[in-house]
Amino acid sequence: MGVGSFFTSKLDEAIGWARKYSIFQYPFVTACCGMEYMATACSHYDIDRFGAGLPRFSPRQADVLFVVGTISHKMAPVLKRVYDQMTEPKWVVAFGVCTCTGGFYDNYATVQGIDTIIPVDVYIPGCPPRPESVIDGLMKLQEKIAAGAQRF
Amino acid sequence: MDGAAILTLLGERFGRGILETHAQCGDHTAVVARGALPDVLRFCRDDPRLAFAVLMDLTAVDYRAYPGREDGPRFEVVYHLYSLGHNHRLRLKVPVGEDDATVPTAVALWPIANWFEREVWDMFGIRFEGHPDLRRLLMYEEFTGRPLRKDYPINRRQPLIGPKV
Amino acid sequence: MPSERPTTTREFMLGEGAGTGAGSQNIHVGVGPAHPAMHGIIRIVTELDGEVIVNADVEIGYLHRAFEKECERGGWNNAIPFTDRLNYVSPLINNFGYCAAVEKLLGIQVTERCQYIRVIMAEISRICDHLTCIGASTMELGAFTVFLYMIKAREFLWELVEDVTGARLTISYGRVGGLRADLPAGFEERMRAAFKQVREVLEEVHRLLTGNRIFMDRLVGVGALSREETIGYAITGPLLRAVGVSYDVRRAQPYDVYDRMDFEVPTQTAGDNYARYLVRMAEMEQSMRIAEQALAEIPGGPINVDFQGQPLDPATYVDQGKQGKTEGLLLLPITLSPNLQGSERPAHARVNAPDKRVVLPPKETAYGSIEGLMNHFMLIMEGYGIRPPRGEAYFAVEGANGELGFYVVSDGGDRPYRVRCRPPCLPPMAALHRMVEGEMVADLIPTFGSVNMIGGELDR
Repeated sequence: MGVGSFFTSKLDEAIGWARKYSIFQYPFVTACCGMEYMATACSHYDIDRFGAGLPRFSPRQADVLFVVGTISHKMAPVLKRVYDQMTEPKWVVAFGVCTCTGGFYDNYATVQGIDTIIPVDVYIPGCPPRPESVIDGLMKLQEKIAAGAQRF
Repeated sequence: MDGAAILTLLGERFGRGILETHAQCGDHTAVVARGALPDVLRFCRDDPRLAFAVLMDLTAVDYRAYPGREDGPRFEVVYHLYSLGHNHRLRLKVPVGEDDATVPTAVALWPIANWFEREVWDMFGIRFEGHPDLRRLLMYEEFTGRPLRKDYPINRRQPLIGPKV
Repeated sequence: MPSERPTTTREFMLGEGAGTGAGSQNIHVGVGPAHPAMHGIIRIVTELDGEVIVNADVEIGYLHRAFEKECERGGWNNAIPFTDRLNYVSPLINNFGYCAAVEKLLGIQVTERCQYIRVIMAEISRICDHLTCIGASTMELGAFTVFLYMIKAREFLWELVEDVTGARLTISYGRVGGLRADLPAGFEERMRAAFKQVREVLEEVHRLLTGNRIFMDRLVGVGALSREETIGYAITGPLLRAVGVSYDVRRAQPYDVYDRMDFEVPTQTAGDNYARYLVRMAEMEQSMRIAEQALAEIPGGPINVDFQGQPLDPATYVDQGKQGKTEGLLLLPITLSPNLQGSERPAHARVNAPDKRVVLPPKETAYGSIEGLMNHFMLIMEGYGIRPPRGEAYFAVEGANGELGFYVVSDGGDRPYRVRCRPPCLPPMAALHRMVEGEMVADLIPTFGSVNMIGGELDR
């Protein structure tokens, strides 16, 4: 350990702090969880107070991909392409149990968890998850963003 | 018009084209032979006493696993018709065998039949002759198989499509 | 092949003809499926001549979750959570539609109180759907405030729904033969408070939108469909009422207690997006009217769980039953845990049909007597369960988007043989290409929003 690593770790903390409070999400909304996403984003539960209130509807401008709702096999290539289009650093939140494990749709049409296609950082289970769960997941994501080395 | 009167009218008009009729739970139903189907549908839409202007639903049922009907024609294409003017409903069913699973299209009569028939083609594999653009509606193009048939297992996994990782 | 190559810039830019490399040609712009205004799951491949849409090919199926096949997998009541996720903004209507179709096949009649409750909850669900539709489509036009107000109003209603059913969105409240539980105590005041808030919000939104220059410019005359085409495409619901056909299943073929309710069916004649908006706003007020009337007339009065004698706690009750001390056990009142609130024996009989082959016995009976236990067993275990007679039935309810029909086929067994949901938003989507032909690209957004496509219902 030397003076250099003290400065880089402080810099990491500062950048981590800045990144975690300015989340630009891409809400990839497909199904019923979208309703709870809307409820969380609006006045009653308000994720804007966490700095995550501005959805960017282009993957090139976003850093967190909120996958909200069931991903079917027809949609999977679209999801992969959107994920690939995002620039680093990027995180993925699997919102709702259909994205975590496929939910109760254990059938020919549903992807059994988006982690079979893209790497996921935070899983928010629930069908649909209550807004309090979503905020809990968001706070866990913020911890994850702030912790660890920041690349830029 | 009263439901029973509708069935009687159809029976008189088409004779052997109407295979049987019933009114279970108050839903008046006529089983129509495939050859008579285009005429029956046109009559239902155009005759002023019937005036079935709305094709509410077009679907199919696979009777392969139905106890007592395993040997009969495999599919039945079901039409639900509704008349706005007279406020009456009718159900028409057309038995279709597995080997010769085609039915004349209803697109010329009701434009909505375009999508309903595409869905039946997608889910059951029943072809509609005369359909302008018969392709899958709900499943992706590379999907193989007809999901709603009784012999398609619900949790069969097909390889993921799209860009390879 | 062009006879002479363009030599000047002017000739190059203004040249005619497609494919010559020197003129204008239509471009294809894909809208969706990952697009905020497409609600995530519709792909519209538009062919554009400048800004004007020449052709639009709508592709659906990105949310196909095999609803119809999943229903064949379990028992008749097991399909109810799947029906929740059909039209997930008004899930109660789907529940009740499916239950009504199975009840029609079984030939059972639900109790009157159950019918009133179904009407109240269905109307609340319909208001939620219209709030979400108008909110989301105006947000896509840029009016973010209206979206926030509408979602605020929806929250009040969701809190109400949560009090009754236990969940905000995926409620699984209907059961074949009745409901999961009766209305909770204090529902009346809470409903009045919620409706008061919703009316205030609707008043604000009227002031913001209905005469708004920009809103009208974007919606009036846009996305119109003629009456003949609307009927030919089997479109029902607000879109049909916006062309002047006052077809409403609640009026034409009333179910539950809609024939006793006094309400109007709002219609417009223009058939464009603005007319659809006006119809939806008017329908919300009518829905509140229906729900208030139903609440005033509901039989059975306020729920009054009146215990005479010593109430017993359930653990002791069950223990006594297991030890064989069952004498008089059925008559003893017990205090049940909160998550069974509304499904205790007196409330149970009020909202469930008195048909032992179909309806689960109340918990006191199931734990307190051997007949109740066997009844419960015969309805739950595989191989037993609800067994409608062989045959088929079609039942139509008025969903928020139009006629929601369920066609159920039974082979006499305990699992559905085929469940078909007739989605009310599939016909407008099939007609979407007709609605946007000749309109400009930006007009696609309000037109699509006014159709209120709900993916769960469209793709099932």
